[in-house]
Amino acid sequence: MDPKPRLLTVLDVITIIFLLVATYMVFFYAPMEAVMGHVQRVFYFHVAAGWVGMLSFLAAAIGGIAYLRTGNLKWDRVIVASVEIGIAFIFINIITGAIWARPIWNTWWTWDPRLTTATIMELIYLAYLMLRSGIEDPERRARFGAVYAIIGFLSVPLTFYSARLFRSIHPVVIGSNQPGAEGSFDMTPKMLQTFLFSLFTFTLIYFDLLWHRLRLGALENKVEQLKLKTMR
Amino acid sequence: MLFQEAPAETTAYMIAGYLVIFGVMLVYLTSMLVRRQNLLSDLETLQEIEKEL
Repeated sequence: MDPKPRLLTVLDVITIIFLLVATYMVFFYAPMEAVMGHVQRVFYFHVAAGWVGMLSFLAAAIGGIAYLRTGNLKWDRVIVASVEIGIAFIFINIITGAIWARPIWNTWWTWDPRLTTATIMELIYLAYLMLRSGIEDPERRARFGAVYAIIGFLSVPLTFYSARLFRSIHPVVIGSNQPGAEGSFDMTPKMLQTFLFSLFTFTLIYFDLLWHRLRLGALENKVEQLKLKTMR
Repeated sequence: MLFQEAPAETTAYMIAGYLVIFGVMLVYLTSMLVRRQNLLSDLETLQEIEKEL
């Protein structure tokens, strides 16, 4: 395996520092919300995780287009890496949402449009990983993955706009709020700073994880090639 | 929560939320590390087989 690039080590260190600062801001810098209490602090990383999930799926769709245009297998590795990261972060987003909802909505779960579309999106990408693992031929697998990543991406704008387009109780952070939203709040400047810093930190986490996962993908590819060579 | 005077006591939910956030991230990082170790071990074995062939 290629030695770890120096720039990746630098990115690791910067990401860890930013995560520590973001965590500090969430717990000690941002004020406690007057109605919801401490559980509102989940909001900062809950939204940031959702953002990383959607960014990952966008990167997967771009990787899909790039693979279909070039036929280069490195784009297949970008797709699978991004989908994997996206699944982990949307999982965080859904579970923390349920934890926040328990004291605020008085229920762990409700089939609200936002919650439903987010769950469908997660299942679509989980199915991608399962279906992908069933295809042996690398070229066929990559072609299937590319098409799936592009079509699967339709679930992302649907999830993002679901709380705006349909009757939803899920609060809307960016843009005008829904009149029926339950648990919405006005952000103070410190809350807004913490929120934006968390979004930036999670974007760094995404690129750091993506780089590590791409290196793992390259190693997987090397092992697969060697396996095929020794089997002949 | 109507007419409440003080914020709701929801600290336990906040702790649970952050345990999930850091827990999932840790599990994902560990899974990458384990997969890397397994692949390196596979690579070593395959290279030995290749030498023998």
